[in-house]
Amino acid sequence: MPQINLMVNKKPVTADVEARTLLTELLREQLDLTGTHIGCDTSQCGACVVTVDGKSVKSCTMLAVQADGMEVTTIEGLASPDGSLHPMQAMFREHHALQCGFCTSGMVMSAIDLVERHPEGLSEDQIRAGLEGNICRCTGYHNIVKAVAAAWPLMHGKPALEAAE
Amino acid sequence: MYDFNYVKPRTLTEASQLLADDFEAKALAGGMTFIPVLKQRLNKPSVVVDLAGLGLAGIRQDGEHVVIGAMTTHGEIAASEMVRRAVPGLAELAGNIGDRQVRFRGTLGGSLANNDPSACYPAAVLALDAMIQTNHRSISPAEFFLGMFATALEPGELITEVRFPRVERAAYAKFANPASHYAMVGVFAAKTAAGARVAVTGAGQSGVFRHAAMEQALDKNFTPEALDHVETPLDLMNGDIHGSAGYRAHLVGVMAKRAVAAALG
Repeated sequence: MPQINLMVNKKPVTADVEARTLLTELLREQLDLTGTHIGCDTSQCGACVVTVDGKSVKSCTMLAVQADGMEVTTIEGLASPDGSLHPMQAMFREHHALQCGFCTSGMVMSAIDLVERHPEGLSEDQIRAGLEGNICRCTGYHNIVKAVAAAWPLMHGKPALEAAE
Repeated sequence: MYDFNYVKPRTLTEASQLLADDFEAKALAGGMTFIPVLKQRLNKPSVVVDLAGLGLAGIRQDGEHVVIGAMTTHGEIAASEMVRRAVPGLAELAGNIGDRQVRFRGTLGGSLANNDPSACYPAAVLALDAMIQTNHRSISPAEFFLGMFATALEPGELITEVRFPRVERAAYAKFANPASHYAMVGVFAAKTAAGARVAVTGAGQSGVFRHAAMEQALDKNFTPEALDHVETPLDLMNGDIHGSAGYRAHLVGVMAKRAVAAALG
């Protein structure tokens, strides 16, 4: 059984996995990081998005052995040790960017990657297109888009947007 | 998933040998198609040979060519200024495959080796006559694509890079399936030194094909209007739950005009 070494949420992890173990299974079943969800399990819905070496990926479509030697960040790794939320999490709360909450962790992970890669700014259209790999079955997209737009200035050290209505 | 052994070789020779020696060994590039196939138990490999450690990613200029490594991701191609300048249409094509997460993992070489009849890259490669370099030889696209999911690759033969010639005007237009983002019909149109080239993906019964009638019309007059009365033979078209052969034939004409218009920019 392959043994892999990786960093998960800034902590070193050594794990014995089957070659066929998916990254999402390693996270949820061996490391108890159940904030990463399995929605469709067919790489469509994005509930399982985590960051691997700085890129957002669908962890249901990556083998755990492929992450050997890499740095993985999950939703559990976003808040500071003192409990203060990542700006994206804070804005999701502020703008009530969730209904049932199932898609939320994947949405937040994708949204952070999207905002980080667009220091020049993000239009509403770009946010909507950029989140195409994440599906919200409650169709709660409007507030998600608002939250991402509100998180952009906070993540790039710019003045916050005017408070929403 | 059935269980399998996993190897991540450090050299192309080792990877090639593993795949040549064992008929049930399979290569893993980005895994965006292969891992879903494994999950559905549609394939039972003895060993999965991960190509990620071979140094096959990267984009470089070589004279009048942009050379893209087989393990370069769609996202890297979409973001490349060099690709955008020298091979118009290709970066946009790559930037509209799947979604952002798929584009971070999926690779040019993996897509070409799989030769999905609805994949986007085959249209660009065939239209631009981009040579496909493997660890054994250089293959022209006309010889490489052999119908749905079939290529000229032999056991142990791996794509290393693809050589795209610089092109003056080119663009890709896709009518995407809204769920998968695969091409229902995708047309890559180019005005090359050798004349107009039009390659169609997603629509053909045997995968990607060149549209000879459209190329002749565009050779005379490279405008969308030149395609007004050009027919697409129905018997070449694929029909499935997403669209009939007639619908696809119509879409070929519409997408080709959009591609030509975009190429003229």
